[in-house]
Amino acid sequence: MSVTRREFVKQTSVAAATLAATARGASAQPVSRVATYQGDPSIKALCMFALDAAKTAGASYADVRVGRRRMQSISTREERITRLVDDETFGVGVRVLVGNAWGFWASREVNRRECVRVARAAVDQARANQQAARGQVTLAPVSAYPDAVWQTPIERDPFDVPIEEKVDYLLSANAAALRIRGARFASSSLAFVRHETTFASTEGTVLVQTLYRCSPQMTVTAVASDFSDFQARSSAEVSPMGMGYEHVEAADLPGRAAAWAEEAVQKLSAPSVQPGEYDLILHPSNLFLTIHESIGHPTELDRALGYEANYAGTSFIAPPERMIGQLRYGPEIMNIQGDRTQLGALATVAWDDEGVPADSWPIVKDGVFVDYQTTREQAAWIADLTGITRSHGCSYASSWDQIQFQRMPNVSLLPGVADYDLNDLIAATDRGIVIHGRGSYSIDQQRYNFQFGGQVFYEVQGGKIVGMLRDVAYQGRTTDFWNSLDMLGGPESYEMGGTFFDGKGQPSQANAVSHGCPPARFRAVTVINTGGSA
Amino acid sequence: MPELLSESQARALCERVLARSTTDGAEVRLRAGRAGNARFARNQITTSADVVDVEVTFTARVGRRSATVTFNVLDEPGIGAAVGRAEELARIAPEDPELMPLLASQTYTPSPAYFESTADLAAAGRAQAIVPVVESAAAADMVASGFLQHRAASVAVANSAGLFAYHRATDASFTTTVRTPGGNGSGWAGGTHNDWGLVSSTAELAARAVRKARESTTTRDIPPGRYTVVLEPTAVGNLVQLLLSALDARAADEGRSFFSKRGGGTKLGERVVGDGVTLFSDPRDPDLLEPPFTDEGFPVGRTMWIENGLLRNLAYDRYWAERQGTQPTPLAGGIKMAGGQGTAADLVGSVERGLLVTRFWYIRNVDRRTLVFTGLTRDGTFLIENGRIAGAVKNLRFNESPVVMLNNVVAKGTPVRVVASESGGLGRAVSVPPLVIQGFRFTAVSDAV
Repeated sequence: MSVTRREFVKQTSVAAATLAATARGASAQPVSRVATYQGDPSIKALCMFALDAAKTAGASYADVRVGRRRMQSISTREERITRLVDDETFGVGVRVLVGNAWGFWASREVNRRECVRVARAAVDQARANQQAARGQVTLAPVSAYPDAVWQTPIERDPFDVPIEEKVDYLLSANAAALRIRGARFASSSLAFVRHETTFASTEGTVLVQTLYRCSPQMTVTAVASDFSDFQARSSAEVSPMGMGYEHVEAADLPGRAAAWAEEAVQKLSAPSVQPGEYDLILHPSNLFLTIHESIGHPTELDRALGYEANYAGTSFIAPPERMIGQLRYGPEIMNIQGDRTQLGALATVAWDDEGVPADSWPIVKDGVFVDYQTTREQAAWIADLTGITRSHGCSYASSWDQIQFQRMPNVSLLPGVADYDLNDLIAATDRGIVIHGRGSYSIDQQRYNFQFGGQVFYEVQGGKIVGMLRDVAYQGRTTDFWNSLDMLGGPESYEMGGTFFDGKGQPSQANAVSHGCPPARFRAVTVINTGGSA
Repeated sequence: MPELLSESQARALCERVLARSTTDGAEVRLRAGRAGNARFARNQITTSADVVDVEVTFTARVGRRSATVTFNVLDEPGIGAAVGRAEELARIAPEDPELMPLLASQTYTPSPAYFESTADLAAAGRAQAIVPVVESAAAADMVASGFLQHRAASVAVANSAGLFAYHRATDASFTTTVRTPGGNGSGWAGGTHNDWGLVSSTAELAARAVRKARESTTTRDIPPGRYTVVLEPTAVGNLVQLLLSALDARAADEGRSFFSKRGGGTKLGERVVGDGVTLFSDPRDPDLLEPPFTDEGFPVGRTMWIENGLLRNLAYDRYWAERQGTQPTPLAGGIKMAGGQGTAADLVGSVERGLLVTRFWYIRNVDRRTLVFTGLTRDGTFLIENGRIAGAVKNLRFNESPVVMLNNVVAKGTPVRVVASESGGLGRAVSVPPLVIQGFRFTAVSDAV
């Protein structure tokens, strides 16, 4: 716990300070940028050819992204490497608006002839779509950034770290876990992403942005001696982050593997939970995903208005005119911030994928829902209700070959004022369960009813942890659950969780996103037993 | 370079890449083609996309060491850089005691999975398919959303031991969700096949979704509990495909699978589900049409997984098969469940009291030991009384195992190819019948529509 906390406090102190400031109404400070174009001049020229071709063919607006996305991953189990891959994809995508219809064409061939061809083809495609285009498309205003560059701040480039060092790191973590009696299997992995995009639009912007992400992970499995049971414990307190190799070093899988292995073994003999109502104390490593599912997704404006009805679903926070400033999401201590400026967070950028500068804004203020996540096309839909005409900068595409659309920013629960930590929450609880780590997660398509599990569960009686439990999941209705929140950790207890695999859209695109939060207590939540008799 | 590579073009590209190899072994896989899609919502096309790409995956071997790169810059410097990177990584990777020798040349039986009707789809054809859907929804005072996806691709595998495999395929899918303007009713319909001509007409699918949305505007409350259910084929596909993740022989041998046997070993040969259940893979089944080889070029044939309720096969990779003294059995070739006759509507007629489920959503494993999954019904859940639809009910959360479900099959209809992925797009081929299941366990009610 102490290692985890130090690590995350170090990583998130700047972010937490930003969050606290913005919660009080101060404007967000954008992350630093360099205002000189440092990209490949030939790529910039190709972008101009594409934009010119689109305009000449009849587009009223166009943007182009030339993307190079590299991903390296190393996976191990026990004493061997199971997979060592280094993938790179490169290509160009052109998006155009013709009348009120969008078009998008993409190709792996990045040369003048092909850039012009795909731009024209995108216009033709948009024209075909006009047969079924009815609404008026109005793009929110945005400034031009004609020569801009930004990169995720990192201390050590993961792609420069020798493979041997990475392999040693993982195999020593596995070895440390397997030294624990009863731990039978250990798997671990490192994944690194570098995503460089040159973006240009007919608004006059040309920018180069390079994003880094990394994810260290491991899982230890214990098997009962008679093969009647098995239990796993993952490195749940280690999150993927928008950082360099320094995050892997701080995560220290080799140093912490033994403790996780011991807990995997303990789970085999832990008593199965008695179903019923319990006060829940959710560690940030569990609560982050509950925030993602029950606040992050339902506050996406496209969902609320039906644009994702066929897959990701709609939202209980609709229609906007009956929700903004009116829906009580939770108690007054609940403040939720949308934010693409938090250093170290996965969805942090300097500009989104339509050239809008990163934003930080309240989504829930003093327990009341006040705003959605928006793109340039969406901002006008609710500007009369919010008084905000700018896009919140939530446009994102996972690669050059995918069209950008509204994706989740970092959505975080701000810490409380009092300087409580997890132990304070436990000490204040008479009968409850502490939950660490993400487990099985499921929520309906309008985000009312959920069932969330975890990695490890500790029973609390009389203000103390009295032992481990297993087979725990909590079920609830989103607003009932959040209104049962009655205690928050303070700024020092704020940690960040995250995922590489937030799925939305058709075809489904993966978005990487973080959620910061302190530990929090929720009263009288329904707990079920998932051990085959739920 | 053309969008879709012919066999000779694919062979030439594989040879160009292999020619750059300087180590003692190499494998190359490529996937080339065009993918397109269109999305619609609020009765209009919202976005669409066309993409052309050629993706090459190269694995370098140095003794028992290996590393893999994927790339799509295919000029000579691009290929040279990628091969060099793989070889550099392979030289410093640890030795893998489980690395199997490269496969020698194999024989494959082709799978006729390529259809011009799908390959010819483009922006105009997509719009033509979508316009009747949004117009019929609007005419019914409903709001349609949906997704049309198609692709035409060639895949090839080659290695330095002389193996070469080639396959080309098309796929298409169409799904639509129709909702009432007030959001108090929702209906879904969809279809998929390699041959766009065999996907039900979009107008017909829209009519089905409109009807379900209209019929689900007034719901009655029913308590959670065990119910007899009629699962439409899509709902069956959502759940039956979950069994595949448990078919790994190694996990079963290692004691960490539902198919592990207490005391050691696996449940091979044992009765695991009801005796009316038969599940198999077959890349040449006209309802599946999957590639006839794996990523390393191993031939994929028909594999019986469960036959009349007995576990007949588990999936073995080449290493684990050799170690266990058996034949490699790839987990590939789609999945099909044998059925009987009739549609879901026909099955409803045989149920005195139960629920009709259109599809499931957000399905997640809650216990790997028992294969219990949770998830919710969605877009058309109805009460059945005396063999007829008696009205809509609120959506329900289940906590149930597909194994328990397949032990409780009362009746089966005719198998059909379904969009089994929750994301509503192209994925593994799944062909399943509608089923009547007794005692299906729902644990909570959802307010979601």
